[in-house]
Amino acid sequence: MPRRIVIGIRGVGHRVIDSIWRLGYASRFFLLTILKSGTGLRRFRLIIREVYFTGVLSLIIILVSGLFVGMVLGLQGYETLQRYGAESAVGTMVALSLLRELGPVVAALLFASRAGSAITAEIGLMKATEQLAAMELMAVDPIARVVAPRFWAGVISMPLLAALFSAIGVFGGYLVAVVLIGVDEGSFWSQMQDAVDFRYDIVNGVIKTCVFGVAVTAIAVFEGYDASPTAEGVSGATTRTVVTSSLAILGLDFVLTSFMFRGMS
Amino acid sequence: MQRTTMDLWVGIFVIAGIGALLVLAFKVGNLGTYSAADSYVVTGSFENIGGLKVRAPVKSAGVVVGRVTDIQFSTDTFDAQVIMSIDRRYQFPKDTFASILTSGLIGEQYIGLAAGGDEAVLKSGDKIMKTNSALVLEEMIGRFLFNKASEGDGKEKADAD
Repeated sequence: MPRRIVIGIRGVGHRVIDSIWRLGYASRFFLLTILKSGTGLRRFRLIIREVYFTGVLSLIIILVSGLFVGMVLGLQGYETLQRYGAESAVGTMVALSLLRELGPVVAALLFASRAGSAITAEIGLMKATEQLAAMELMAVDPIARVVAPRFWAGVISMPLLAALFSAIGVFGGYLVAVVLIGVDEGSFWSQMQDAVDFRYDIVNGVIKTCVFGVAVTAIAVFEGYDASPTAEGVSGATTRTVVTSSLAILGLDFVLTSFMFRGMS
Repeated sequence: MQRTTMDLWVGIFVIAGIGALLVLAFKVGNLGTYSAADSYVVTGSFENIGGLKVRAPVKSAGVVVGRVTDIQFSTDTFDAQVIMSIDRRYQFPKDTFASILTSGLIGEQYIGLAAGGDEAVLKSGDKIMKTNSALVLEEMIGRFLFNKASEGDGKEKADAD
């Protein structure tokens, strides 16, 4: 009986040490990516290519979801606010919820599942087909040539995608509230401009998206690079990317929100 | 994919993203209507600010002319010091009257400025001398009930006589 307890405790210890080791490995990999990004930044074409794959190809899903999220916010906001006779505040509600929370978070979640999973699968497959090993043989550093450009492309794309998401979301709210339902257009925009502060709401939202961009792409490139070089390994790494980065986005969002919007409004 | 086509798409993407940020800043946000750079700061002390918050608007004749930037409590005079920044385009006389008002029945509170007749205008760092505190609903109800009660007392006494 004591023997089984010892084995159980040993199992717990093994898991803890394993996860700490992995965290350390991931942090060192992240530092190495930043240190070796000189090559990628000098050969900017590599980053442009990756911005096309992560940013431009994510445009459709970001724009369509942004439009619908804004339209639903407009409908639901109107439903609730008209009970209090405050239906002209629907613009304020749509803009503030998009700029502070929904824009950054939903765009980052979509980005993680659309672009992050693709990055992981690509790098993982490169590893499985021994392309990364072949690069090392040719004295080309795979972190500088493959990982760093993808990382920077994600960091550049994420804030732009989130800004487009919020902008088209506000437009969606305008379509529903003003065009469809008939809220007064002037008070829709003026109440919105009255309530939304550039420094407090917009800049904080952009800071959030930058943090999410770094987190999502760092997780995606690490999982791809760390994947076991088999078909199951790559599929498992892709799943882990989506799960881990979604949890990281939500956790980071709470931390950032509690620092940014604490006790002021 | 052709290199030039890819460049074109990335260019469109980046320009659209920056454009969206500008739209958010100017059309959705207040960067187009009010800038904090061109403003002067005045202080007003109020006995009671009610539910006034930082970033609440400062209005004159219903027009937003500035914003509340800070609220502090002074232990010298035991009242609230409200610091507001007012757009430099709007100059107010020295004896301007500041009062805390409420927009609508349950709306947010703001500072209303009513211009006085003084020749000299308020400058940065000046203090507004005439202020009017916020109406606190509990105090008003309390006063109302007190008045009613004392009225009733007076009547009973009159009947007894």
